[in-house]
Amino acid sequence: MSAAENPSPRTDDVLVVEDLFVETTGRNPARILGGVSLRVAAGETVCLVGESGSGKSVTSLATMGLLPKGALAVRSGRILVEGEDVLTVKTSRLRQLRATRMSMIFQEPMTALNPVLTIERQLEEVLSAHSRMDNKERRNRIRSILELVKLPDVERMCRSYPHQLSGGQRQRVMIAMALVLEPKLLIADEPTTALDVTTQKEILKLIAEIQERLGTSVLFITHDMGVVADIADRVYVMRHGEIVEQGPVGEILAEPKRDYTRDLLGSVPALHPREARPSASREIVLSTSELGMVYGQSSFLRKREGTVAAKDVDLTLTRGRTLGVVGESGSGKSTVARCVMRLIEPTEGSIRLRGEEIAGLSRHALRPMRKRIQMVFQDPNRSLNPRLTVRDSITEGPINYGAAPKAARERARELLELVGLPADAIDRHPHQFSGGQRQRIAIARALAMEPDVLVADEAVSALDVSVQAQVLDLFDDIQTRLGIALLFITHDLRVAAQICDEVAVMQNGRIVEYGPTAEVLGNPREAYTRQLIEAAPGRHWDFPNFRPLAAPGGPGTVGAPA
Amino acid sequence: MAATRNASPAAAEVDEAAAEPVIRRGFLPRIAIGDLKLAPTIAAVCLLVIVVAALLAPLIAPYDPIAMNPMERLAPSSATHLFGTDAYGRDVFSRTLYGAQVSLIVGLGAAFVAVLVGLPLGLFAGFFRWLDAILMRIMDGLMAIPAVLLAIAIVSLAGSSLWTVLIAITIPEIPRVVRLVRSVVLSAREEPYVEAAIAVGSSLPKIMWRHLMPNTFAPLIVQGTYVCASAILTEAILSFLGAGIGTETPSWGNIMSEGRLYFQIKPGLIFWPGLFLSLCILSINILGDTARDVMDPRLGKKREA
Amino acid sequence: MLAYIARRILASVPVLVVVALFVFLLLRLTPGDPAAIIAGDMATPEQLDRIRTSLGLNEPLVTQFVTWSGQLLSGDFGRSLISRTPVLTLIGQRLEPTLSLALMTMLFTLVLSIPMGVIAAWRHGSLTDNAVMAISVLGFSIPVFVTGYILIQLFAIDLRLFPVQGFRSIGDGLGPFLARIVLPALTLATIYIALIARMTRAAMLNVLDEDYIRTARAKGLSERIVLFRHALRNAAVPILTVIGTGFALMISGVVVTESVFNIPGLGRLTVDAILARDYPVIQALILLTSGIYVVINLLIDISYAFMDPRIRY
Repeated sequence: MSAAENPSPRTDDVLVVEDLFVETTGRNPARILGGVSLRVAAGETVCLVGESGSGKSVTSLATMGLLPKGALAVRSGRILVEGEDVLTVKTSRLRQLRATRMSMIFQEPMTALNPVLTIERQLEEVLSAHSRMDNKERRNRIRSILELVKLPDVERMCRSYPHQLSGGQRQRVMIAMALVLEPKLLIADEPTTALDVTTQKEILKLIAEIQERLGTSVLFITHDMGVVADIADRVYVMRHGEIVEQGPVGEILAEPKRDYTRDLLGSVPALHPREARPSASREIVLSTSELGMVYGQSSFLRKREGTVAAKDVDLTLTRGRTLGVVGESGSGKSTVARCVMRLIEPTEGSIRLRGEEIAGLSRHALRPMRKRIQMVFQDPNRSLNPRLTVRDSITEGPINYGAAPKAARERARELLELVGLPADAIDRHPHQFSGGQRQRIAIARALAMEPDVLVADEAVSALDVSVQAQVLDLFDDIQTRLGIALLFITHDLRVAAQICDEVAVMQNGRIVEYGPTAEVLGNPREAYTRQLIEAAPGRHWDFPNFRPLAAPGGPGTVGAPA
Repeated sequence: MAATRNASPAAAEVDEAAAEPVIRRGFLPRIAIGDLKLAPTIAAVCLLVIVVAALLAPLIAPYDPIAMNPMERLAPSSATHLFGTDAYGRDVFSRTLYGAQVSLIVGLGAAFVAVLVGLPLGLFAGFFRWLDAILMRIMDGLMAIPAVLLAIAIVSLAGSSLWTVLIAITIPEIPRVVRLVRSVVLSAREEPYVEAAIAVGSSLPKIMWRHLMPNTFAPLIVQGTYVCASAILTEAILSFLGAGIGTETPSWGNIMSEGRLYFQIKPGLIFWPGLFLSLCILSINILGDTARDVMDPRLGKKREA
Repeated sequence: MLAYIARRILASVPVLVVVALFVFLLLRLTPGDPAAIIAGDMATPEQLDRIRTSLGLNEPLVTQFVTWSGQLLSGDFGRSLISRTPVLTLIGQRLEPTLSLALMTMLFTLVLSIPMGVIAAWRHGSLTDNAVMAISVLGFSIPVFVTGYILIQLFAIDLRLFPVQGFRSIGDGLGPFLARIVLPALTLATIYIALIARMTRAAMLNVLDEDYIRTARAKGLSERIVLFRHALRNAAVPILTVIGTGFALMISGVVVTESVFNIPGLGRLTVDAILARDYPVIQALILLTSGIYVVINLLIDISYAFMDPRIRY
C-alpha cells in the first residue's frame, strides 16, 4: 500500500485510524479507500488534504459512522476514538459517541442546518439527547456556547431560522452545535470552502481559539494548501484513497518527498502579482460606463426596494489584455459579466463592443454583436448540453452565423487541438470527459466564434488545483496566439494575481479599486482590498518554490495561527 | 462564493472513483438483458396478451359479443361459455375480449392527444412569462374540476359516442402534461448550456427544439403511461355509472354496469371484466414506474450504488 | 403573514372564475341546441321556449355570463328539471352521508398512508419498501368499484361481518353507522392511501438525502427523531400538496363508491342526475366540488407558511 510511514500510535491519541479499507457495495465493489492510517493527538490540528476523489471525505464520514448506507461500506480496519473502536460498537453506543466524543461540521452551511427548526431547537436537541440537564441548564448552556462562537444578539439568534442567518453565522451555529458538549475530536470537512475569504479567515480563527480553550483535537479536511499552511500542525496528503505522504506541516511544505505532493504544491498559484505585459495595442475592445443593474422592482401587492446588484461600473479592456474582476459573493462581479454578455439587460449605463453600443439593443439587433463576445462558464458539467456531441456543441455558433457544416466541423477539429484535446474527441459526448477536459471543450466552443472578447466567469473555480493550473496556462497560451481580450471574473486573488494585467476589485456592486494588478494587489490603496489580501490563506508561503515568501508584511510564519 | 458545490462530498468522490461510470447517452439509457426485473416483465407480457386479445377479438371470440340469447340468461362458467353469459344471454368472454378494444383505444388516444396538446402549451408557458400567467390560471381552473364530473358533464351534453368520451376523458389530463413540461422547461432554461446557446446566437426556436424539448421526452414517456392508465380507469368509471360509451358497444365498464343488478347472483359479471381492467391498468402503471426508475438518473444512481 | 394569506386568497379568485367560465361555456358551446339537450328528446316546442327564456339563451353570451354568475353569487344555482326543487336544497339533503364517508376516508388514509410512506423511505430498497410500493401500485390500478365489490363479497357476503349496502346516520347510533361506513370508507381510501403513501415515500427519500439529515445523525439523535422531527416536517409540503390535489380524485371516487354501496349522498345524486339528464344538478355539483377543491387547496397553501418558515417572507 502506501509507503508513507505512520508514526506509531500513542495512548493519548484522540483518533487512530488503522488500515482502513472502504468499498462500494453491490456486485462489483470498487475500492474507495485502500488502507488509510492516520492519527490525531490531543489538542492537535491535523489536515487531510487532497483533490476531489481522493477519499478524504469518505475517511471522515467513516469515522463518524455516517457512510451513505447501501452505497459505501467499511471492509476492514480499525477506527479508535479515545481508544474505542467505532466500527465494532453497537449502534446505540455509536450514537452516544457522536456529539459527546466526536463531532463534525460540513462544507455547506446553507444546507447543513434544518430549515424548519429554530437555532435554539437544533442546539437544544443535542443536549436532550446526550445529557440530563433540565430546561434551565439547557437554556444557559445554549446561550453560553452561542456567545463562545461570537454570534451577535444571542436571544434573537435563538429564535431565528437558518435562512435568516448569513453563511458565516450558520457555520458558527454549526460549530456551536458540534462543540456544545465539548467533544475531544472535531472533524471539519471543508468547513470554509463555501465561504468568502474574509469569512473563512474569521471561522478559521474561531476554530483555533475554541480549540485552545477547550483542548479539542481537529481533523481538518481541505483541498486548499493555503488553509493547510495557516492552520495545520501535521498534514496527511491523500490521493486515490491512499495516504501518499504525511508529516509536520513545515516538512510537507518545504521538503515534500513525493512527486505528487510537489506537483500539488507547484500548482498553487503564487499570490505575488504578475507584471502587466507591455501592451501591443491600444484598441479598446470592450468598455462599460456607469453600468448598473437593479433587481426586483416592487410589484402588485409587494412593495420592496430593488436590490442593487451593480452600480456605476466603468471598465475598459484593450486587445490582447486580461482584466480581472475580483470580489466576494454578492459583490456584483457575475452580474457585470452577465450584463456584458447581455444574458441579462442592465438597467443603467452603457456597454460598448469595439465602440458600438449594445446595452439597449433588441434581441434581433443584438444578434450580429454576439459573435464578438463569448463566455466560459463556471461549471463545465452544466455548460455543455449532455445530449449533444462535442461537434454539435462547438459548431452550433458558427452554423448560426452561416458557416457551412463541413467547414465548421473542420474548424472544430482544429480548435480541439488548439485547446489540447485530440481531434477525434469530436464525436464523443461530454460525459466521456473529465471536468478539466470539458472546460477545454467549452473554451473551444467560445473560440469557434472568433470573438474579440472572452468572458471567463469563475471558469477555473470548480476545478482541482492541478487542473486549474493547466487551464490557466491554456488561457494564457490562447491569448498570446490569438490576441484575444479576456475579462476574468474570479473570487480567487491567487488566480487573479497570476493571470490579470489589470484588476478591478468589487464590493457591494461597486468598483472600489481598479488599476494594474501589480499595484492593486502589491500595494493596495483601499482598506477593503487590503482586507481581502490579508484574508487569503497561506499568503506568507511561496508554494511552488517550497519556501516562505519574503513579503513586505514581514517574514512568513508557518504553523498554527497565533 | 463556492468553489465546488456538491450535494454530498462523499457521493462526488464515489462518482469519480467508482469503477462503473453511468452511461447516459441521449435520453434512453441502455438496458442490458440481465437488468430485466420480474414485475415489469410480467406486466409487459400481460399487456401484450391484452393487446393481442383486442386486435384478434373478431378471430378468437367464440360468439358475437352483441348477439342475445334469451335461452341462456345468466349461465354459469362452462366449456361453452368460459365466463358464463349475462342477463341477455350474451357471451361474457367474447364481450370481455371486445371490451379490451375500447379500453386500449381510449388509453392510447388520451395519452397521445394529451401529449400532443400539452407539449407545445407547456413549452410556450415555460418560455414566455406573459403566456405562462394566463395559461397556468386556465390549467389551475381545469384541475379544480374533478375529472369524472367534467367528463360526465361533457358526455351528458354532447352524447355518448366513442369520440366524445375520448375528448371528455382527455381534457382533464391535459393540465398535468402542461404543468410537467412547463416545470421541466423552467428548470432546464436555467442551465448554463442554455445560456451558452444564447451566447452563440442561437434563435429561440432552435433553443427550444435543440436544448429544451429533449429534456421533456423522458418525463413525458412516464407521464404518458400514467395518462393512459388513468384514462382507461376513467372510461370504465363513466361506463359503470352509465355516462360512458353507449351500452350497445361492449366495454369493460358497460359489462360491469349491467352486472351490478345481478351481483349477488352472478358476481362474475363484475369480477371477470374487473380482473382484466385491473390487470391492464396495473401493467401499464408498473411499466410507467419502471420507465421512471430507469430514466430518472437520481433514482437510478441510488439503486445502482 | 397576513400579506401572504391575502395574496393566496386573491390568487384563488381567478381559478374560480376560470371554473365558472368553463362550466358556463360547456353548455353554450356544445354543438346543438342547449335547450334541446336539457329538455330531452320528448320536449314540446313550448317547453323548449320556456327553457330558453329561463336560461336566457336568447341574450348575447356576455350578458348571459354576467346574469348567470350574478345568480351564482347570490346563491341561486337553478332548479332541478325533474323535481323542480332548488338544486341547493337537493344538495343539502344529500350532504351528510357524503361528508361522513369523506371524513372516515381521510381518517383511514392519514393513519395508514403516512407511516407506510415514512417506513418505506427509511428502509429504502428493503422488503417492507417493496411491499409498500406494491400495495400502492395495486391501490392505483384496481378501480374503486372492483375494490368495493371485492370487499362486499369478502366481508359482507362470505364473512357476514357487515351489511352489504346502505347508510345510517351517526344520529342513529355509532354501531349501525360504523357497520355501514367502514367498507365504503376503506374502498374509497385505497386510492388515496396509494397516492399519499407513494408521495410520502418520494418526499422522504428526497429529504433523507439532504445535508441536514446527515447533521442530525452526526449529532447522535435517535432515528425516530431524525425521521419524524427532521425529515417528515421538511417533507410535509409536497405531502400536503398531494392531499389537496388528491381531493379531486376523491370526488370521483365518492360518486362510484356511493353507487356501489347504495349510499344516498351527493354521488348518488350525481348518478341520478346523469340518468335523468338533469343538467342543472350536474352543473351545480361541478361548481360546488370545484369550489370546495379551491378552498381546500387554499387552506393547504396557507398551512405551508406554518410548516416552512421560509415561505412567510
